[in-house]
Amino acid sequence: MTRKSGYYGRFGGAFVPEILIATLRQLEKEFYEAKSDPNFWSEYTSLMSTYSCRPTPLTLAENLTHYFGGAKIYIKREDLNHTGAHKANNVMGQGLLVRRMGKKRVIAETGAGQHGVAVATMAARFGLECTIYMGEVDVERQRPNVFWMEQLGATVVPVKDGSRTLKDAINEAMRDWSASMETTHYVLGTACGPHPFPEMVTYFQSIIGQELKEQMLQREGRLPDRIYACVGGGSNALGIFSAFFDDQQVELHGVEAGGKGLESGHHAARLSSADARVGVAQGYKTFFLQDEEGQMKETYSVAAGLDYIGVSPILANLRETGRVQFHAATDHEVIEAVRLTMKKEGIIPALESAHAFAYAFREAPTLSKDTIVVINQSGRGDKDIFTIADALEDKQWKEFIIKKARGYESH
Amino acid sequence: MNLTEYIREKRKTKDLLCMAHLVCGYPDLATNREVIRIMVERGVDLIELQIPFSEPIADGPTILAANQLSLQRGTRIRDCLSLMEEVSSQYPIPFLFMTYYNILFSRGVDTFVKQAQQTGGVGLIIPDVPPEEGEEYLTACRTYHLSPILLMTPTSSLERLRLIAEAGDGFFYCVARKGVTGAKTYLSKETDEFIQRCRKVTDLPLAMGLGISSREDFDYLAGKVDIAVIGSAIIRIFEQGGYQALTSFLEKLIIGIS
Repeated sequence: MTRKSGYYGRFGGAFVPEILIATLRQLEKEFYEAKSDPNFWSEYTSLMSTYSCRPTPLTLAENLTHYFGGAKIYIKREDLNHTGAHKANNVMGQGLLVRRMGKKRVIAETGAGQHGVAVATMAARFGLECTIYMGEVDVERQRPNVFWMEQLGATVVPVKDGSRTLKDAINEAMRDWSASMETTHYVLGTACGPHPFPEMVTYFQSIIGQELKEQMLQREGRLPDRIYACVGGGSNALGIFSAFFDDQQVELHGVEAGGKGLESGHHAARLSSADARVGVAQGYKTFFLQDEEGQMKETYSVAAGLDYIGVSPILANLRETGRVQFHAATDHEVIEAVRLTMKKEGIIPALESAHAFAYAFREAPTLSKDTIVVINQSGRGDKDIFTIADALEDKQWKEFIIKKARGYESH
Repeated sequence: MNLTEYIREKRKTKDLLCMAHLVCGYPDLATNREVIRIMVERGVDLIELQIPFSEPIADGPTILAANQLSLQRGTRIRDCLSLMEEVSSQYPIPFLFMTYYNILFSRGVDTFVKQAQQTGGVGLIIPDVPPEEGEEYLTACRTYHLSPILLMTPTSSLERLRLIAEAGDGFFYCVARKGVTGAKTYLSKETDEFIQRCRKVTDLPLAMGLGISSREDFDYLAGKVDIAVIGSAIIRIFEQGGYQALTSFLEKLIIGIS
């Protein structure tokens, strides 16, 4: 009778109030049916190749390769997806499921706003009503994304509880869902939360790794030696890693937000620091940054998309099995990596993605020339113009903003 | 006398019992003590003490804010256990803890349940542990003779209600509607049908909560369920009018229920 599902080793599960169980079961059933329907995946890939830019290119970073003088560096270009990040893969996939279920409204949480923009875009395209929950702090620091969500027709609700960031937006979306589930689907943005979300989000994101494998075999005739991906909730990492789980020769590296340094306490490193403990919150069991009584802590990163207390239960398990190794990159290293990638390759990685770049840059010079590494560029960095300009202390940018503000004031 | 017997005994003289809720440490522990005194004096039959948690996903704005304020003011689990110890020995009514699973998990489920029992608690309400995930929790409750109060909801299938009925003990907490705590509930024919479905699967007493806020609600529920649960409304009344308002609110709610 009792059925425990969605476990990855000792992580995962579905720790939600009883009121939501029936909805999660229905979602699980719909998802498994879609997954076993041979037409569903081709419907999905065809949507992604006509509405987004799939397959995304695999770029050889010749200049960076030459600069470091070690491993040959490739970049998987998820930044070239519609809306500028890998988020679209998950969102459009769940959008197709929403259509199958016949629901008329979608809700979502967002941190940096990338997932929110992707969901608002999907809702516009599929004719759905859309509400996005976003921590008040994030609303303030990510105004451009709020602007786009609203222009796309979504209602953005600033969440004023708790730390007023991503975790609080997730709680609020869950609260909405526990009243509205009959007409509403919750488009969770990462491979976290209660079952079946971790599995479902990974399934849609797995398109990244599948493409990479094919592209690699075509270009190099072999698989890469190492793959690097940044880890917030873990969806882009699982997306690029999952196609290689059985290829033991391919090393998989996840890079978390080291913030101001692991020893500073101001970071969001769940799997690469000793600061996180196993706990249960937001519907699932994983490593959380929490105090000794189980209250969640505030996290910190220059990249809003990595600034989160928990991490995918699938990744937590892969750390225990040793299949994926986890590291942290600091804000400082990340800014340097963005600067270098822009100058050398004409590519602007998102601050989140730049964590993977930063760690890969640490390793690349130590590797031999016949080593092949791939960095997952999960998103584009032009969205981060305010943060990057601040980090680079660009004087002219500052003057421009001041002038602009004065212009508004005088009206 | 165990929890179920207590409820049955009381029901002989009352058509509806009242379980009142408060958040430990909100606005502070001294106020909690005074509020509990008033509750007991005004005829509240059971009290749930909520241990604050940073991520209370089943709670609406009123209780959520109370959780946060309590934590900001530094409430620790040991404060909640001490409060339990104090009031459970002082008053002749059952006290239960309500909280979220991470509070138990973080301390060690077995340790927490043991401490809850040792300090005088008779039951636990943990809304984010469905029976499937509750093996360790339910085992610990059996070991220390504490009743795990499980939730029955309008979205639960009959099959699930049976599963819940099998796993729970003491009484069942029937969730009056979809959604979270605090918002107004309109009791209706649907509520009656839901209560009947719950009755079908268990002989244990039934409590009904979520958005219960008025004498009309109590009158509606009298004779239909055994216990009415009142939570957010108490916090709101107290915030607006202090002890005086709370006293008259409880009087109006409870006196002469038939």
